Amino acid sequence: MKIGVFVCHCGSNIAGTVDVAKVAEEARKLPDVAFASDTMYACSEPGQDGIIEAIKEHNLDGVVVASCTPRMHEPTFRRTVERAGLNKYMFEMANIREHVSWIGKDKEANTRKAIDLVAMAAAKLTNDRGLTAKSFEINKRVMVIGGGVAGIQAALDCADGGLEVILVEKTSSIGGKMSKLDKTFPTVDCSSCILGPKMVDIAQHPNITLYAHAEVDDIQGYVGNYEITVNKKATYVDWEACTGCGVCTEKCPSKKSKDVFNEEIGFTTAINIPFPQAIPKKATIDPDFCRKLTSGKCGVCEKICPTKAIQFEQQDEKVAESVGAIIVATGYDLFDYTRYGEYGGGRYADVITSLQYERLLSASGPTGGHIKRPSDGKEPKNVVFIQCVGSRDKSVGRPYCSGFCCMYTAKQAILTKDHLPESQSYVFYMDIRAPGKMYDEFTRRAMEEYGTRYVRGRVSMIYPMGDKLIVRGADTLMGTQVEVEADLVVLAVGAEAAKGAPQLAEKLRISYDSYGFYMESHPKLRPVETNTAGVYLAGSCQGPKDIPQSVGQGSAAASKVLTLFSKDQLESDPQISEVNIKRCVGCGKCIETCPFGAIEEMDFRGEKKAKVIETICQGCGICTSTCPQGAIQLQHFTDNQILAEVNVLCQQTLQQSFE
Amino acid sequence: MSADAATELRIVGFLCNWCSYGGADTAGVGRFQQPTDLRIIRVPCSGRIDPLFVVKSLVNGADGVLVSGCHPRDCHYSEGNFYARRRLEALKSFLPILGIDERRFEYTWVSASEGQKWKTVVEKFTERIHELGPARKINAEMLAEAKAMFATV
Repeated sequence: MKIGVFVCHCGSNIAGTVDVAKVAEEARKLPDVAFASDTMYACSEPGQDGIIEAIKEHNLDGVVVASCTPRMHEPTFRRTVERAGLNKYMFEMANIREHVSWIGKDKEANTRKAIDLVAMAAAKLTNDRGLTAKSFEINKRVMVIGGGVAGIQAALDCADGGLEVILVEKTSSIGGKMSKLDKTFPTVDCSSCILGPKMVDIAQHPNITLYAHAEVDDIQGYVGNYEITVNKKATYVDWEACTGCGVCTEKCPSKKSKDVFNEEIGFTTAINIPFPQAIPKKATIDPDFCRKLTSGKCGVCEKICPTKAIQFEQQDEKVAESVGAIIVATGYDLFDYTRYGEYGGGRYADVITSLQYERLLSASGPTGGHIKRPSDGKEPKNVVFIQCVGSRDKSVGRPYCSGFCCMYTAKQAILTKDHLPESQSYVFYMDIRAPGKMYDEFTRRAMEEYGTRYVRGRVSMIYPMGDKLIVRGADTLMGTQVEVEADLVVLAVGAEAAKGAPQLAEKLRISYDSYGFYMESHPKLRPVETNTAGVYLAGSCQGPKDIPQSVGQGSAAASKVLTLFSKDQLESDPQISEVNIKRCVGCGKCIETCPFGAIEEMDFRGEKKAKVIETICQGCGICTSTCPQGAIQLQHFTDNQILAEVNVLCQQTLQQSFE
Repeated sequence: MSADAATELRIVGFLCNWCSYGGADTAGVGRFQQPTDLRIIRVPCSGRIDPLFVVKSLVNGADGVLVSGCHPRDCHYSEGNFYARRRLEALKSFLPILGIDERRFEYTWVSASEGQKWKTVVEKFTERIHELGPARKINAEMLAEAKAMFATV
């Protein structure tokens, strides 16, 4: 076998702390290595051309590139060797950047380590053989999980692109956080006026099936062919029959149900439609507060419903759906503001969250758009906004910046002046972060045109005095303590990962970071993909985002799905298990252990043998390490290939000790 | 190619592609400095790791073997890491029977985001191996002894 080794400088990223020329020189001494050189940027066009030339010139059978992590450029180099006429699996990578040059300062030690990694890759390559991908059909339907603005955008783009879309929303209406907003920054246009039409499009689009009040229960399968079970939670109302007329909500005597849409300022009826523009506009019964369901008495709604839609006996229903791709747009939750005890959130009625304030500002909110203090219903005069509540604060485990709080606070300060011209707003801030288009101008307007007083400093405590709240903090620009007599305090709460996000990630087999936000495949170059093929991310489930970013990402995820579905058949990854019929004794242990049910029993000349179902095998290799006979081998990660690497690393010491 | 025995020992790492290998990459991207003794072998899943690989490394002269996979319930292949845990736990109790100090073997869970944790894992394990010192290597004397034993059987 003739192997070519290419050691990449990666500019100074590798060459700075690894003697790349020495690595190439040592590589030349390895068995089977016919050619070795160092190259400035192996992944660049001249770098790749150099590899192709060398393959042709030296008639190479396989290539080792020592550069960055294979998670970055393995596909790039596989295509390169393929262009030179080799099988793309006759290629190995030695990770001498992330695992060597970037983590060690000692050049000599780094060079030794790099030489070892190259030798391991070359040893594995001598055991490699060419693999050929097979094709399989794809199911061109897509599931969008989450009906916020990112999910809505993704669903509409996919549906307009001709795909059949299944949109699953946990609550009884789509719209997400955006539907709760009064106005949006920096244009101050009405949130529901721009979101509303999109929500209606979802309801009316012939290609979209909407499951509201439903959750994803189980996900099986692989890219192109996912089998998903959706749990449609009981609404106790036949949504086919319900017209959303709202008569039931007027007559319901139980008025203590949590008004989730209005952020729990006030209550709603046990049977309710979350808000007037809800999609679908259907009634849902809250079983915890419905008198018929809790005590068996009442049933008023059933009597007056003109379409006889009430079904008290309704049960959760499981629906099976098959799709080829999944877009996750499950959004975020707000930080629990009661964790800041010194701000008195939860204790003082007039300390509220920004989203609650948003509902107070909204004409469709519980106060009809009039700003009233929750405690006594009076109009506030001094409104204090406190930023970074649950953002940029290590002490509450939220060291990251939530990104949009500076902007929505500026917006709310402006709106406060619009609603109450006599009022005065104060904003306690750490830094102003306004990096979007027209964003900085907007915060300046809040200060200069609307007279909002920005105080740089943290609030140390809030305490009541009479019917006022005293906000005590520091003004770090003035170097003094300040006290503000506030009528209303609004906490600009930060964003955190949605509750249950890790559980869904486990079902989807995608990674999440230490805060619960889903991890993209590459933070810069693959921002909407996950490491699971066919699963894409949109919106704040990946990290806090404002509306334009969420919409942009929703469209990006949709375009990824459309790209995936632009082919009728997908190529399967040939790095899957293969059974050696002669060795297989038909014990069935592999069948038992395979998590995907990808191995089945077959009859071979009257004997029981294992058989891999190629389209289902995911290439984990659990079967390979289970098989007592070594009969089932994961291609490209066979026992021989891995042991070849072990031998390079460890055999040496044995041989030396023989001397 | 041999490591300078005084400063560097031979530690073999078997890492799953999705979590721990990613975590090691994250540590690299974050420029978290680590000892250089460890060489990593990438496998698709910790469930792919045959205890044989660990034993073979140790018998052939590795001073330490570190296995790392996804956190329980966070496996890219649903449950590969549970298989790994069972096998490796069993292996741990067998190592002393093979005459291998079980402290030379360790398995951990590190996710792709935990670059800092990976650095700590590498540092701690390397430190432990250095405390244990180089593993006993098979030499001519031992081979002769083994041959003699066989002859008596």
